Amino acid sequence: MTDHALLACSTCCFFLGFAYTLFSSGGAGLYRSSRFNLAVLSLGFLLQTAFLWVRGKELGRCPLTNLFEVIAFLSWATVLFYLAIGTTYRLSPLGVFTAPLVFLLQTAALLAPLDRPAPAPRVAAVNPWLEFHAAFSVLACGAFALAGLAGGMYLWQERQLKTHRLKSIFFQLPPMADLGLLNYRLLAVGFVLLSAGLIAGIGMGAPNSWPHLVWAMAMWVLYGFLVQARWGAWKLPPRRVASLSVAAFSLALLTLGGLSFATA
Amino acid sequence: MHIVCFGLNHKTADVDVRERFAFADRELPAALQQLKAIDGVREALILSTCNRVEHYAVLEPGPDPEERARSLFWKYCTAQGWPEPENGQFYHHDAPRSVEHLFRVACGLDSMILGETEILGQVKRAYLLALGAGSTARVLNKLFQRALQVAKQVRSKTQIGRGAVSVASAAVDLAEKLFGDLAGCHVLVLGAGEMGERTARHLLARGVLGERLTVANRSAERAAALAKSLGGRAAPLEEWPKVAAQADILISSTSAEGIVVKKSRLQKIMAARRDRPLFVIDIAVPRDVEPEANEIEGVYLYDIDSLQDIAQQAMESRQREMATCERIIGAHVREFEEWSARESARLGLTPAPKESPVWAPAEPSAAE
Repeated sequence: MTDHALLACSTCCFFLGFAYTLFSSGGAGLYRSSRFNLAVLSLGFLLQTAFLWVRGKELGRCPLTNLFEVIAFLSWATVLFYLAIGTTYRLSPLGVFTAPLVFLLQTAALLAPLDRPAPAPRVAAVNPWLEFHAAFSVLACGAFALAGLAGGMYLWQERQLKTHRLKSIFFQLPPMADLGLLNYRLLAVGFVLLSAGLIAGIGMGAPNSWPHLVWAMAMWVLYGFLVQARWGAWKLPPRRVASLSVAAFSLALLTLGGLSFATA
Repeated sequence: MHIVCFGLNHKTADVDVRERFAFADRELPAALQQLKAIDGVREALILSTCNRVEHYAVLEPGPDPEERARSLFWKYCTAQGWPEPENGQFYHHDAPRSVEHLFRVACGLDSMILGETEILGQVKRAYLLALGAGSTARVLNKLFQRALQVAKQVRSKTQIGRGAVSVASAAVDLAEKLFGDLAGCHVLVLGAGEMGERTARHLLARGVLGERLTVANRSAERAAALAKSLGGRAAPLEEWPKVAAQADILISSTSAEGIVVKKSRLQKIMAARRDRPLFVIDIAVPRDVEPEANEIEGVYLYDIDSLQDIAQQAMESRQREMATCERIIGAHVREFEEWSARESARLGLTPAPKESPVWAPAEPSAAE
């Protein structure tokens, strides 16, 4: 199986999760679709891992050499975090929103002409600092993606509660306090990973592109500010933290295209 | 085998009438024996709750089951020393209507609050009591075990029991949505009104800890009395802003004519606690809290009208589920009838008539 085929199969899994939720009935339907989502996300994750493994072997390094690979890695990281932290019932409705996000990311990556034609060039030597920097940075993005999702779900419920316009789905989403806590934990984990990625980046020596460094530092400061918003000096209401999580991740996604990755 | 049901409920008789015919648990074994002792009764079971008293009996096979069921009722009234019941108070069902009635009761379709769950526990208790007293045998055992199964199935397959259908439970549902686990929440109750007390009790039942509940009222004695009954503490009314600063849920149910909680006062309280939301439940009439207070960041204000809307929507949703429930029940009634026919054939008896007229002396409750 070619690596593209593996990724395409995993994309189909995420599409199944997305579609099943859209068409399943209300009430117990959302809970049932959460278990289904867990199953398809697990299968999709295995296929994604297979893709990264195959591509990594071909390249002889961590597969983060172009935008196509970065998006695939980011999708993998998002699903990894969902599986690691979202398996309890009250959190599993997150899968309802994780599946469409990952499906859209991978579809965009597969359809757009982002990948180089095969076979990929095998590198002679690998810079471990670069590998760690790239991997940690994208893993951090995965955590921030889920933080953005949790923040989005929080905001959606908050709006309904504030305006007194409660839809039936309101009572089936996880409680807002739990989403707020989840949002914070994901921001914290992402921030630690981003910090590790930046340290590895410093280990690489002089930066390849200054805009990249400035962007990375700006993201680090922004997420650091969000992390301290819970019990630091500048507290923010949970609603503000949720909005900023969504905005920060959208910004990260938009600027992802502008990143360049040094090749050996 | 002929299964008959006769009884009264909240639709046919007022509470003072129902009280006269109700049984305490300790009285049931004797009453069951009295019912079973009547000539022609094979098995007996009594279901007695605050909203209904129902008697289920299996008659010996034989001719004219409706006549025998009728005379059974009079013999039982005499044995109990009951005065002649008024027209319309008692209803009577013969098989298969009696079977359908029991299934509907167990599923909560005949309850005062549609879809309530307490009745299932009450049916189970009545069955176990009768089983223990030896007044049931093969038919009633099968019937009541099946009733419990039907109720479980209806609850899991439909929305009949879902949603908060009262103002107090709607308020608590929203609190749970906002805070998740209520055990960590601090609650302030302003005023000693009945609705406020009811809401506080619902919160306590769902996990709020008594020691985190404070009652503030104009009358210190009433505050202390209510606080004691809720397991919380009392505070003078003037101190309410200080207590509110630490509270997560504020229930306002005073008898004041005007506004007690102004938006400006709440704004000051919220400024000192920007990162913690406050759920304000204003169930006073006239309202205690200035409606514009909902505009404050972090404040979620619900008055009695908005809570009533939520309860109403939940009730309408339950009513939409009725058709599905009736379908499930209908299938089970048919299955039970088939079993009943097989039993009769197995015992070499004439199968019980499929349809029996519902009979006097009381007017049949067709609304069932």
